[in-house]
Amino acid sequence: MNTPTVSRRNFLKASSLTGLALSLGIYIPTNAEEAEIINAAEADSFGVEMNAWIHIEPSGKVTIFSHRAEMGQGVYQAIPQMVAEELEVDLDKVNIVFAKGDNKKYGNQVTGGSSTVRGSYKNLLTLGATARQLLIQAAATKWNVPSSDCYAEAGQVIHRPTAKRLHYGELVADAMKLETPKNVTLKKRSDYKLVGKPLLRQDTKLKTNGTATFGLDKEIPGMLYATVERNPRLRGKVKNFDDSATRKIPGVKHVFKTKMLVFNTYREGVAVVATSTWAALQGKKALKVEWDDSGFEHLSTDEIFKRQQQALQTQEGLSFKQQGDASAVISQATKKLDVVYETPYQYHACMEPLNCIAHYQDDKLEIWGPIQAPEWVQDAISKEMGLDREKVIVHMTFLGGGFGRKAFMDYPHEAAVISKEIKAPVQVVWTREDDATQGPYRPGISYRCEGVVENGKINAFKLRMAGQNNDHWRGGPKDKANRSTSEGFLKPYADGIKNLSIADVPFETPIPTMWWRSVYASTNGFAYESFMDELAHEAGKDPMTFRREHLPDERLHRQLDKLADVSGWKTRKPGEGYGMAITECFASTVGHVVKVSKGQDGKLKIDHVWAVMDCGWYVNPDTIKAQVEGSIVMALGAATQHQVTFKDGVPVDKNFYSYQLPRINDIPPIDVYVMDNDEPAGGVGEPGLPAFAPALANAIFDLTGKRIRKLPFNLATV
Amino acid sequence: MALQRINAMAIIKLTINGNEQSIDVDPQMPLLWAIRDVVGLKGTKYGCGVAQCGACTLHLNGEAVRSCVTKVSRAAGQKVVTIEGLSQNNDHPLQQAWQQIDVPQCGYCHSGQIMSAAVLLRENPNPTDADIDVAMAGNICRCGTYPRIRKAIHLAAGAEQKVGKNE
Repeated sequence: MNTPTVSRRNFLKASSLTGLALSLGIYIPTNAEEAEIINAAEADSFGVEMNAWIHIEPSGKVTIFSHRAEMGQGVYQAIPQMVAEELEVDLDKVNIVFAKGDNKKYGNQVTGGSSTVRGSYKNLLTLGATARQLLIQAAATKWNVPSSDCYAEAGQVIHRPTAKRLHYGELVADAMKLETPKNVTLKKRSDYKLVGKPLLRQDTKLKTNGTATFGLDKEIPGMLYATVERNPRLRGKVKNFDDSATRKIPGVKHVFKTKMLVFNTYREGVAVVATSTWAALQGKKALKVEWDDSGFEHLSTDEIFKRQQQALQTQEGLSFKQQGDASAVISQATKKLDVVYETPYQYHACMEPLNCIAHYQDDKLEIWGPIQAPEWVQDAISKEMGLDREKVIVHMTFLGGGFGRKAFMDYPHEAAVISKEIKAPVQVVWTREDDATQGPYRPGISYRCEGVVENGKINAFKLRMAGQNNDHWRGGPKDKANRSTSEGFLKPYADGIKNLSIADVPFETPIPTMWWRSVYASTNGFAYESFMDELAHEAGKDPMTFRREHLPDERLHRQLDKLADVSGWKTRKPGEGYGMAITECFASTVGHVVKVSKGQDGKLKIDHVWAVMDCGWYVNPDTIKAQVEGSIVMALGAATQHQVTFKDGVPVDKNFYSYQLPRINDIPPIDVYVMDNDEPAGGVGEPGLPAFAPALANAIFDLTGKRIRKLPFNLATV
Repeated sequence: MALQRINAMAIIKLTINGNEQSIDVDPQMPLLWAIRDVVGLKGTKYGCGVAQCGACTLHLNGEAVRSCVTKVSRAAGQKVVTIEGLSQNNDHPLQQAWQQIDVPQCGYCHSGQIMSAAVLLRENPNPTDADIDVAMAGNICRCGTYPRIRKAIHLAAGAEQKVGKNE
């Protein structure tokens, strides 16, 4: 904040936003290490835009602007719970509204990487504490007493000696004029009333009577409905089309060729715009389109994995981590393990198919939709359409699932292009078939794992992966390995394994790929933790003891002890069908124990799943449990039920009749436990997923002696 | 010609959540889109369009139907209840149980989940786990809230029994 010049534009903006209210936000100066808490007047005088995150009105009403999307993971609960804790207000007195996409105001708004709590909890706590201290100061000044004699509770400031009290609303006008304190004291964990408690979510009621507004539920006056028939080969063009049948359908108003930005390529399609969703759907069905699929390969799944596995046999790849000399140990060993794991392409399958409303008018664009990354939408679309960044306004609705897919800019861009063409607001509706067959997908990956065990310990551990790298689609360098290879792999293993090598064997296809819940950990975890189990059996050791011996880390030992304790691991007998795995993902670790058995029909069934999450400092244990339960269900589907397969460059499965998702009758009993400690906060929404598949495969090995190295597999036919 | 005949508009009378309404629609239009786009009730969700996921479940004369594959003409003169009309104050025993256990995550599928469960409980006030499996297997939840759905149905069943005793 070294250029305190008042900018007229910012002044107007801040004033119109705040009105008469104590409005505090987080300002993150460029090149600054730490955020500062400032009030609206300071923001004006310094000419900076404030992060209007909290807003207390004279009526006492408290509003928090959530900068992150709610897609089921509990942001709607976690952010108010943190702010209300330090502000000393009751949670039900706090309103939360979704902020518009604007990274100048809110910093990074991308809801991904399980980052909402772990990325901003200190700022949010400080924000609440700063407001509390200002209100206490305002009361103390009014009463002419020392502020140390005052405390805050339930939205009031209380003078301890006399029990005089003032509501926050009565103090707003005075507090607004005070200078924002710089060093506020945060509460101790033992004094928390809200944080760390399994409080009920604020958004549940909206989700039990149909009043929560998801993207598809949003309506704008004058809005038309559009569907798009897109090139099925994920990057092709339209050669020509026949819309004669489409145009005969009542309600169809426009039919034209359109395009959508997919990373650095355009996918072409034909848009049908109509007065109702149904007319647009029928119009799409009646189209006849001839595609131009020249200039790229049309691959099938078998060919993709064949190429990956050939590459793994012939190439060393780009080294990500190298300590000791694993290759030398392996080449000289008389006995070694050398195996290949295979994990499929996956589709996100959010229950709410993609959709987006755009209204393009007079060089201004407004967007409404289920969006995980509003600032990226602003960036990409303003650049693509030649608009000033602030002319692109992005409104976030509730998301009917996200899992990474809704952090992408293709569907908003497509809606913007269509609205611009027809000069009217439009909602682009994706059918389930569009959603399932248009990608981007989680990449399918093959792994080659080699290892040597000596005297009961790992002497060499060599991992290579061959799969498409999501970062390459986003312009990342292709000549260096990135963390894709190591995600999911517990970092302390590096201290417990002498000769370790992790490398990425470059592999490309024309199929666009991107993040899927827990990203690379979702596939790495299966390969690495299955292989760890293979090495444990090779060493003749108990799989949990074996891991402990290679993980010189007390925090992990406590977690493993808890896992053994809750699952009855130590009293089980070998061969009873117990398996375990533990992975790291977004700064949290989760360990699973799975118990399987064979029923009288000879079919394998999962009897129980135990999970222990260590995410450090946390906000709401019930939300964490819910997220881990859900992660296990999603992992179960990905391990045993569905995959995206390609034939001649086209995704084969188009809807849930063949892309089978887990249903209520597929779900085993699940128990989730959360470790209690004051370590830095880790992620919650994704880390519960990666360790499930290997724990299940390891349990199956324990019961049957059969090693599963390829996902998905059919539980009924193991 | 055929298309034009199919798409001729018609006035269809239905009772939605107790209110009689006449709508001017293509009789072939699925009830789902008529309810959402024409009537304007958005609680009933589109998920798959082929009766595979259950997100569009509503009650037609008391039966749970998948509105994405039910023509609006089939509902003519009939009683339709959507999630918005299941209770006056969001207080059906299932809605209360859902709130008490914090069942939803993203929430998108839960209109359909609750509407399916409501028919189950009416026909079988004290369902076993196996009964729940059968009745609820048509409703997908991608967030994986199934353990809580099961728990909430049991809780609501208990609550209903208690209400019954008090009466």
